[in-house]
Amino acid sequence: MLILQSISKTFENRTALTDVNLSVPRGATHALIGSSGSGKTTLLRITLGLIPMDKGYVKLNEQALSSFTPIQWADRIGYVPQDGGLFPHLSGRNNVALIAKLRGWDRARIDTRIEELGKLVDLDGGVLAQFPAELSGGQKQRVAIMRAAMMDPDVMLLDEPMAALDPLIRRSLQQELKFIFQRLDKTVLLVTHDLGEAAYLAEQITLLHDGKVMQSGSFGELLHHPADAFVTSFINAQRGVPDAATVAA
Amino acid sequence: MRALRIAGTVAHAASRTAAGAAARTIARTAVMALLGCLLVPAFGRAAEPIVIGGKIFTESYILGEIAAQSIAAHSSVPVERKLGMGSTGILFEALKSGAIDVYADYTGTLAEAILKQPQLKSVDEIRRALAPMDLVISGPLGFNDTYAIAVKDSFAAQHQLHTISDLRRVQSTLRAAFSYEFMDRKDGYTGMVDSYQLHFDPQKISRMEHSLSFQAIADDAVDVIDVYSTDAKIKKFNLRLLEDDRGYFPVYQAVWVARKAFVERYPQEWEILRKLEGTISESAMQDMNAEADIQKESFGKIAAQFLGAAAGAAAPDAESATQKIWQRTREHLWLVGVALLFSLIVGIPLGVIAVRFHAAGQGILIVSALVQTVPSLALLCFLIPLFGVGTKPALAALCLYSLLPVVLNTFTGVRGVDPLHVENARAFGMSRSQVLFRIVLPLASPTMLAGIKTATIVSIGTATLAALVGAGGYGAPIVSGLSLNDIPTILTGAIPAALMALIAHGLFELLGWAVIPAGLRKHQ
Repeated sequence: MLILQSISKTFENRTALTDVNLSVPRGATHALIGSSGSGKTTLLRITLGLIPMDKGYVKLNEQALSSFTPIQWADRIGYVPQDGGLFPHLSGRNNVALIAKLRGWDRARIDTRIEELGKLVDLDGGVLAQFPAELSGGQKQRVAIMRAAMMDPDVMLLDEPMAALDPLIRRSLQQELKFIFQRLDKTVLLVTHDLGEAAYLAEQITLLHDGKVMQSGSFGELLHHPADAFVTSFINAQRGVPDAATVAA
Repeated sequence: MRALRIAGTVAHAASRTAAGAAARTIARTAVMALLGCLLVPAFGRAAEPIVIGGKIFTESYILGEIAAQSIAAHSSVPVERKLGMGSTGILFEALKSGAIDVYADYTGTLAEAILKQPQLKSVDEIRRALAPMDLVISGPLGFNDTYAIAVKDSFAAQHQLHTISDLRRVQSTLRAAFSYEFMDRKDGYTGMVDSYQLHFDPQKISRMEHSLSFQAIADDAVDVIDVYSTDAKIKKFNLRLLEDDRGYFPVYQAVWVARKAFVERYPQEWEILRKLEGTISESAMQDMNAEADIQKESFGKIAAQFLGAAAGAAAPDAESATQKIWQRTREHLWLVGVALLFSLIVGIPLGVIAVRFHAAGQGILIVSALVQTVPSLALLCFLIPLFGVGTKPALAALCLYSLLPVVLNTFTGVRGVDPLHVENARAFGMSRSQVLFRIVLPLASPTMLAGIKTATIVSIGTATLAALVGAGGYGAPIVSGLSLNDIPTILTGAIPAALMALIAHGLFELLGWAVIPAGLRKHQ
């Protein structure tokens, strides 16, 4: 269970986050949505432990972030950066194995884990031997998920996983991603600006605007019981939203 | 080049298989072996020979050979030659620091350039003035090699020129090429125009390397040049010396100059040199210069002929041409190799520091760029008081010169790494040093390698100047060839240097396969 509690953050003279609360139960998928400048990237970086917060707590299974070492924390949070963020000088396989190697895993253990994860995301060794520049967008995304899952973290954190993808591929990858999440059986926090994606992949959605939580709830709740006018206008502004009639409140 | 490309293709094909790892290991081993070869010449120096120095012009080479062969013929102390070391300043620093023991100089030069007391004329006066500096001079060797002003015979006839005073008639249109030393010495150009009331057009006076000015006057590019009165090229190029009708130029008696410590330690050998006092006449010196400059006879042979057959055995010509080239190659590789190693060990950390700390970074970049702007000869001159002569100052200069490309390219390469990769690596729980060595440096490696390649190729070229301070290498034949106006000799240094640069270029292509991560190579 991942809990972000009363988080505030100010940069020099700009307030980025004000009293943000968000919780993701174990095994659930939660989407953090908002337009650019809403503060979602700052919240992501705080959750990753990259920048300190001014107020509040990040807790994992009732244990505060501050009680972990940076390495322990990094191994509990599997991070999938935007566009996969694969290191271009390493093969797919070496991207996946990098951290395990640094943590001193032996080769057999690494090989076993990579084979296991490869099956999970449906990638074979041939694809993994290639370098990022030779991989398709979807393949990169899957390698990045393998890399994030390598250390068997409690939480997976995905930053705009589909942003750079072709719309057609996007659709099929969304389905696949949902399937992967189910098989991984991890707590997932997904950052996106796309409401359709959030609605499709996540059970719960948190809408962030100007550093504040506008509303938290299921897509249906946001659609049928918007907290205020901004939520309505945000939903209306997004295209490709499923028909309201097909979504249960 | 073709072989390299094929090797590259093979490596490319292999890189996907297990053999790829082996290919990279082989490439790395080859690189290590090459570095190993470079380090070998550091050892094996003979113990304490007498070191004879010489300046970079024919007469000085011949006198150096005469000294070396005389000692070799009559004494068992080994002799080392450091001839062609550059100008008076370098020789004098070398003598003071003990890098050389003895060399031939001229009384006028000693009074003007070293003692800064041009009023001193006689050998005795100069000897007394040098004593507090712990320097000793012999009596005159016999000839007077003073500055003289020369014009072409045909030009002299056309304008009825016999004396320097006659130049006043053509002073407004006269085109001159004067050597740097002549222009800058108080007893050179400035004193001459004062003394003779000459008014040349400053636009028509060029400063030129002495050996090139003969070519300039032969090609009618200039009308008048400064020469040394015993120079053989005076005859070769049909030049006429204008009479010094006001007795302006000082007397330049050739003498041996030595450190007092040397004279005390080797009194017998000093006596051998002193036996040469008064034995070299002006015409003998002119003939010897002509043999070297016009008949292209080797300095060793000319000196041996002068000293008689007995001493001839000591001439260094026994070394074959290939041995010489091999020797120079080792010296050159040593210079370039050490400079390169230094630039890697110092330049890469500096480049990384420059990215991390902005203020320090600007300082580092500015200083290394400033070093690059110091002309190499000037840099060598600054380094001699610190390092003496020979390999050390040359190495120091090369290290400094090869620093900038490595620092700059490391800086550019590291700064060019996408900061998102660094942030991601931190998010994955990598430490600072892991981020640097696993992510940043590999991503910057293509740019860094290009800088190292530039540094190497520039070093191979610049190392030819090392000969001016007696460090040997391919510069040795270039320097002596320049002083002799002897193009074939220049080429025996210039061609191997160019070949070495080509080979270095090829090796760096190979090194790219070993060092640059495959994921970056394919999409460069």
